[in-house]
Amino acid sequence: MTPDSALQLQKLGHACVIEAGAGEAAGFSDDSYRKAGVEVLKDAKAVVAAADVLVKVRPPLPDEVAGLRADQTLISFFYPAQNKDLLEAAKDKGATVIAMDMVPRISRAQKMDALSSMANIAGYRAVIEAGANFGRFFTGQVTAAGKVPPAKVLVIGAGVAGLAAIGTATSLGAITYAFDVRPEVAEQIESMGAEFVYLDFADQTQDGAATGGYAAPSSPEFREAQLKKFRELAPDMDIVITTALIPGRDAPKLWLEDMVAMMKPGSVVVDLAAERGGNCDLTVPDQKVVSPNGVTIVGYTDFPSRMAAQSSTLYSTNIRHMLTDLTPKKDGVIFHNMEDDVIRGATVTREGAITFPPPPPKVQAIAAQKPKEKPKELTPEERRANEVAAFKAQTKSQITMLAVGGALILLAGLYAPASFMSHFIVFVLSCFVGFQVIWNVSHSLHTPLMAVTNAISSIIILGALMQIGSDNNLVVILAALSVFMAGINIFGGFMVTRRMLAMFQKS
Amino acid sequence: MEYGFTTAAYVVAAVLFILSLGGLSGQESAKRAVWYGIVGMALAVLATLYGPGAHNWLISAVMIAVGGVIGWVVAQRVQMTEMPQLVAAMHSLVGLAAVFIGYNTEFEMSGIAALQAAGNGDALNALTGFAQKIAMKSGSEIAILRVETFLGVFIGAVTFTGSVIAYGKLAGKVDGKAKKLPGGHVLNAGAALLSLVLLVMYFNGAGTWALAVMTLAAFFIGYHLIMGIGGADMPVVVSMLNSYSGWAAAAIGFSLSNDLLIVVGALVGSSGAILSYIMCKAMNRSFISVILGGFGGTAGPAMEVTGEQIAIDADGVAAALNDAESVIIVPGYGMAVAQAQQSVSELTRKLRAKGKEVRFAIHPVAGRLPGHMNVLLAEAKVPYDIVLEMDEINEDFPSTDVAIIIGSNDIVNPAAQEDPNSPIAGMPVLEVWKAKQVFVSKRGQGTGYSGIENPLFYKDNTRMFYGDAKKSIDQLLPMIE
Repeated sequence: MTPDSALQLQKLGHACVIEAGAGEAAGFSDDSYRKAGVEVLKDAKAVVAAADVLVKVRPPLPDEVAGLRADQTLISFFYPAQNKDLLEAAKDKGATVIAMDMVPRISRAQKMDALSSMANIAGYRAVIEAGANFGRFFTGQVTAAGKVPPAKVLVIGAGVAGLAAIGTATSLGAITYAFDVRPEVAEQIESMGAEFVYLDFADQTQDGAATGGYAAPSSPEFREAQLKKFRELAPDMDIVITTALIPGRDAPKLWLEDMVAMMKPGSVVVDLAAERGGNCDLTVPDQKVVSPNGVTIVGYTDFPSRMAAQSSTLYSTNIRHMLTDLTPKKDGVIFHNMEDDVIRGATVTREGAITFPPPPPKVQAIAAQKPKEKPKELTPEERRANEVAAFKAQTKSQITMLAVGGALILLAGLYAPASFMSHFIVFVLSCFVGFQVIWNVSHSLHTPLMAVTNAISSIIILGALMQIGSDNNLVVILAALSVFMAGINIFGGFMVTRRMLAMFQKS
Repeated sequence: MEYGFTTAAYVVAAVLFILSLGGLSGQESAKRAVWYGIVGMALAVLATLYGPGAHNWLISAVMIAVGGVIGWVVAQRVQMTEMPQLVAAMHSLVGLAAVFIGYNTEFEMSGIAALQAAGNGDALNALTGFAQKIAMKSGSEIAILRVETFLGVFIGAVTFTGSVIAYGKLAGKVDGKAKKLPGGHVLNAGAALLSLVLLVMYFNGAGTWALAVMTLAAFFIGYHLIMGIGGADMPVVVSMLNSYSGWAAAAIGFSLSNDLLIVVGALVGSSGAILSYIMCKAMNRSFISVILGGFGGTAGPAMEVTGEQIAIDADGVAAALNDAESVIIVPGYGMAVAQAQQSVSELTRKLRAKGKEVRFAIHPVAGRLPGHMNVLLAEAKVPYDIVLEMDEINEDFPSTDVAIIIGSNDIVNPAAQEDPNSPIAGMPVLEVWKAKQVFVSKRGQGTGYSGIENPLFYKDNTRMFYGDAKKSIDQLLPMIE
């Protein structure tokens, strides 16, 4: 909780309490909490006693779980799959536990997806750590003191952390490459400004949709192809950031010892998967080590904690969104709606029962990826052949049309009187002129075109004017009416066209 | 001598009309082009009054003056959002005038035929003007004349009732939904067949009654055909009627042996035909299928739309706009309905004042009239050089930060490209979903004219900004600082 999010929580009708000194590390003093209307209690025990909803970051310690009451709700990271004992303990207490790491990955839940928030920070921090340990600029420069080549960064795994790392690296000016086993993320990678490393492998298509947006383990052949590609890239890379994780498994080893050996001295490897054993062979969790050939390998596992202010802000916002969903009426009363996909998915114990693992969410995380068909590249010969064929077809259709049209006109000429034919010539030619002229009319002027053609089609007034001199009174009346109507049209049409055209202005 | 002068004037007028249409290729030259049209028309009318066959100048002058004043007043008062109705109403006038003139020709013909039958040479010699011309025609020429008159009346009648119904639909006086009498297009086909039979009979000497019955049949065709076409197909309908009014004028020109009428009629007719073609192409539908009404059958089950529509409030949209570098606005008929163009223009002005690139993307069938959106935006003083056509702007969406959809639906539906089974598959659409963020200003969760789901609304980068378009945009304005 930050002072800001406390204000928002109070708007939902909740009263807030906090342990003294809890915000110290992130730069939020107790006073700033008091100013935001938060009651500061002297220690954690007092907080647990006072609160109905407890919010933590790390999974609770066993004695913390023991202190829970049946009517309390605990919201924190929980990792229920790894912490079975803790889960049992919480169940026995009857408390409700919401695990922030279990929030399902659907669009609506993005605002409470704390894993993504933390991954984002980790990705950013990874580049900063790499930069701190890397002896050169990221960006290429040409200075009076000589030319500096830009750093080359390879990011493996383009999840949230990977994309954040790509974004940070490119904005520092590095040439960034990225690899992921899911080809559909190529677009995201390229949108962040990095180059996607394509792997030429026949059945590389892994559909991220089936696994909820995460990568799945790959086949041995695929792995070989992948490693071969990495060996190709290794000598050129200055910085490698690995973020590859597969849910519920140890991190895959992707950056092997020999690749580290190929890298230039002074290069940096940052392993974001260190907590799960690391993607790099040489990673030592929580430590920075230097390989025999001078490559620094960073295996920290606490990147978010290294940016406490930022991670507190993001996490408190995630929590606030979770609480907003839990208090739909904004009256300070928690309503635990187990029908809701997000709340159901994140709840691991409730009313003395374990509700983990949750049923699959009703909404699939990502729309199924359609196999994309690559448009076939035509060879110049094929293209030429196509053009010739198209030209022939066009010629053929034109000749057919001319022949049919010509025959019809000739037929008409056999029977129709000469006076008709002379008018007919005028008609056909006018049609041609009309078609040629109208094609050039700009799209934006189609409405004025309609208005002006409307006005000039009132040329029919000429007919009425010729007939109005008749001796037949009925004819005179009808002709007069026609003149009247055409008159409306002529003036109305031209005036409205002029009005419209006057409105078109250049900026 | 007099006749020669009139013909010369007609030639000049015809050239002026062609220049007038040709000038519409650019916004600036168009302003000059209107004057060509006005001068051409004035020249033609004066030459006809001066030329042979015109009498009763007084009635003519009075009628032109009265009609002119009405036309003038209407043109001054009409709202730009009412343009489609106005255009349709004006088509109906041309159609009705064509019917009247056709009837007049028939009356004159039957009068002269009676005189000739009675062998009244004096009376024949005393004929003046148009009647005199008819009297000099030979037998085969009279036969041709009958066909021409018949066609003129037929096309004119269809144009008349069709335009009246189109006017009613566009003005909201007739229910905009596609409606057909039981029997559907069989009725139309029947009426058309009846007209064809009557044409043969009339050609072979049947009297005025054949013309009258045919007129009723044609009135029915016009009414029923347009009743069966839904609101969003109106751009095609209006341009089709535009074309018909031209062909009617051309047919009348044949029957009156007036070359200027033929020239202008052909120009207008081909102009309308091209517009209809462009509109149909923009919807990827054949002209026939539009006229027959409704969308064609689907080729299979539509792709299922997954995900959910996520709403957003004005704060969110304003924040995104404040951060954006480039914005593309896609207006549709909904903007015209909500009269939101002024607010949109104000928004554009504010964003541009902040140095952001703001452009408009116009789909050819946006609105109810070809070019409808352009006119509305021009009225709201949006400069025309930032209003772009689909082909000009479609490639720019991936490099655009924010796309705002205001009251359009089918023209931004990605199903046209992604789902081969969709009824609109293959229709060219604006690729707004490629923009980084998409906001859709829309009244509610309904579907568009074609009645199909729009997967755009479910995309991850799309946010729905529900509410009346004008109110929504007005809400945004104070938040753009």
